[in-house]
Amino acid sequence: MGETWQLVLDSFWPLLQGALVGTIPLTLISFALGLVIALVVAIMRLSGRRVLVGLGRAYVSAIRGTPLLVQLFVIFYGLPQVGLTWAAWPSAVVAFSLNVGGYAAEILRAAILSVPAGQWEAGYTVGMSRAQTLRRIILPQAARVSVPPLSNSFISLVKDTSLAAMILVDEAFKVAREISSATNEFLITYMEVAVIYWLICVMLSGVQDRIERRLERHVVRA
Amino acid sequence: MSSAPDHTPAPPSGGSPLLEVSGLRKSFGGTEVLTSIDLRVDTGTVVALIGPSGSGKTTVLRCLNGLEQPDAGVISFADGPAVTFSATTTRRRRESLRTRSAMVFQGYNLFPHRTVLQNVTEGPIHALGRTKAEAEELAVRLLDRVGLAERRDAYPHELSGGQQQRVGIVRALAMTPSLLLFDEPTSALDPELVGDVLRVIKELAEEGWTMVLVTHELSFARDVADEVVFMDGGVVVERGPASQVLGEPRQERTQRFVHRLLNPF
Ligand SMILES: Nc1ncnc2c1ncn2[C@@H]1O[C@H](COP(=O)(O)OP(=O)(O)OP(=O)(O)O)[C@@H](O)[C@H]1O
Ligand SMILES: [Mg+2]
Repeated sequence: MGETWQLVLDSFWPLLQGALVGTIPLTLISFALGLVIALVVAIMRLSGRRVLVGLGRAYVSAIRGTPLLVQLFVIFYGLPQVGLTWAAWPSAVVAFSLNVGGYAAEILRAAILSVPAGQWEAGYTVGMSRAQTLRRIILPQAARVSVPPLSNSFISLVKDTSLAAMILVDEAFKVAREISSATNEFLITYMEVAVIYWLICVMLSGVQDRIERRLERHVVRA
Repeated sequence: MSSAPDHTPAPPSGGSPLLEVSGLRKSFGGTEVLTSIDLRVDTGTVVALIGPSGSGKTTVLRCLNGLEQPDAGVISFADGPAVTFSATTTRRRRESLRTRSAMVFQGYNLFPHRTVLQNVTEGPIHALGRTKAEAEELAVRLLDRVGLAERRDAYPHELSGGQQQRVGIVRALAMTPSLLLFDEPTSALDPELVGDVLRVIKELAEEGWTMVLVTHELSFARDVADEVVFMDGGVVVERGPASQVLGEPRQERTQRFVHRLLNPF
């Protein structure tokens, strides 16, 4: 028992470090970039311009219709063959951002559509342009609708970043693989890293609740 | 409402047309909703637009406010813009109409995430480029006139329907439009709240605001409107002084409509 405990303690710091320098920044950066992509794609899909709508739709379909691991491999192993060589970290960021972008685009699109048409018209009638109305009137209302589904995407991303171990990005899961193959303590090490992921996700759920409660304050329920 | 409006256009110079509309057409997916609408609104007058459901009243207002793109016709304001619509009319051109009028919606359409004050200052600050201080000063003064100055920091969902609609009216006034458009402003209200809103509209009319008012409140139309325009099936069937169109309608369709509204049972 004491020996097991010692093992857990010895591996805890390296695993946590993997989370702190790998998992967490990878998640935060990819999610932020992914949201930007998602907003652009959502607006393309709502623009009513055939080419933009088609491009947006194709993008979402391709992202959602292919495995994330395959997307990661195409970017990291595939693209260098056509001259686009990336280090592992940026490859992972690109792959995860594009992936989040595809899913979150649909969330944002649905959220924007859920704002009543009368809100657009009210923005227009007080002289605002389409862009102003979108930014000042529609998006704030769409944001509160999209918090729960976006939080789910965010939490999925925390876990999905473990795939980056496959292209040798230093993050929690890669550290776990290294420790376990050195010590042969697979069960303990993988359970331990699982608990670390779990803790991160539990904390994030708490943050999500807080954000939701904040945004709920002035929601009108039709 | 005692004090005169400050940013408001100078009321009646009597009889000069503010808005002229001719040959306005609009169809939705092959169905013609407005066939050929002509309309003239003189400065300082109130035109009431009445007619059965689906006759195209809302569509007329939306076209005037640049919310809808007509297929053909001319909409011209006395001191510009004048827009002639055709298949090639750009969105920009249509939107040039927008700040000449402001719409008060049937369902209020207040911004739920903004306070009363912010609802009113949103357009002046972000579309008209007023400073925050200017916009707030005007907003508070206008809110005061409709008895809502103390509720300036409330959110729309904290207000009654009648209060929300009064904020909707103030939001439109704060844009200092030359024309106010009302689309059945009281039809979503509980009966006991209708009076407050109608009183505000009546006071605005007396102050000399020019307005086009879509309403089913015939006695109100008779009270405030200088002219009543009766529409049916996308055309103007009859128009004239309120007392004539509502009191002694000439057209049979008008007679039936007025009779039905006055005697619902
Ligand atoms: N965006 C749209 N797409 C398709 N049809 C529309 C659209 N807007 C209005 N219509 C149709 O145009 C016709 C006129 O509508 P409009 O709303 O102008 O009537 P209205 O006179 O305001 O009626 P109500 O008294 O019920 O408000 C109706 O038949 C309506 O179904
Ligand atoms: Mg209508």
